[in-house]
Amino acid sequence: MSSSKASLAARESHETWSPLLELAAREVFQLMLGSELQSCPTEVSPGPGITSMVGLAGKLCGVLSINCKEKAAAIMTSKMLGVPLDKVGSEMSDALGEICNMVAGNFKNKIAGLGDGCMLSPPTVVTGSDYNLYALADSPALEVRMLFEEMPVILSLQIHS
Amino acid sequence: MAVRVLIVDDSSVMRKIVERSLRQAGLDLTQVFEAGNGAEALGVVQANQVDLILCDINMPVMDGLEFIKQLAAVENAKAVPVIMITTEGSEAHVVQALSCGARGYIRKPFTPEQVKTQVIPALAGKS
Repeated sequence: MSSSKASLAARESHETWSPLLELAAREVFQLMLGSELQSCPTEVSPGPGITSMVGLAGKLCGVLSINCKEKAAAIMTSKMLGVPLDKVGSEMSDALGEICNMVAGNFKNKIAGLGDGCMLSPPTVVTGSDYNLYALADSPALEVRMLFEEMPVILSLQIHS
Repeated sequence: MAVRVLIVDDSSVMRKIVERSLRQAGLDLTQVFEAGNGAEALGVVQANQVDLILCDINMPVMDGLEFIKQLAAVENAKAVPVIMITTEGSEAHVVQALSCGARGYIRKPFTPEQVKTQVIPALAGKS
């Protein structure tokens, strides 16, 4: 595929898939955390924090990542497990990994023909303040910015055709 | 309803969430066993009596579908109902799980009510 065709395909998939990715995330947060994600009106960034990634392989290849502040991830864990915030510890990474896994699965199940033809990798979680993520994607990332408890949560889908 | 349950998932957080959902669904869990993959789960059912198994599909070492197949050879556990809980939500995955012997199928994300809808009939069928 030429680069212009690839970028056109990417733009079309972004327009179609962006609402599906947002819906997939909203459903996971509603059902598993009892929380409503809010639309994020500005280009805010969560800054240093925690990033969870799930790889997709098959009919759709790429990486879905969720990035947020550690405080946001701790609140997510607290809500998922029904434990007080001050009791949240090492399970925070596991919790954010599971959220990313569920968003990825829910997203692919919303796209016709992708449920059977796309496998998910186990989640990987990165924490710290000095790291960059590079995916071998050949188009710009599909990015959805939302607010959880007034803190930004960035969902990013890097697609490799 | 007093139930001894085995929860199989490679995520400890997900095992806790499933346990919490079962309690929210009204089940009286008298014993909760946990396993991180199908091979560990086989060890649990060989050594303990359980009434219900909730099992993920995608796990390291031994996945959930292979676990169900091998469970059929465990004399004291082959009649125990197994409910799959997984992010794999396609029709083909559901058919595959049910054909392997699963009694029910719950897609993540899920609510306690969805868990109850699958678990109660499965337990009733066992008794």
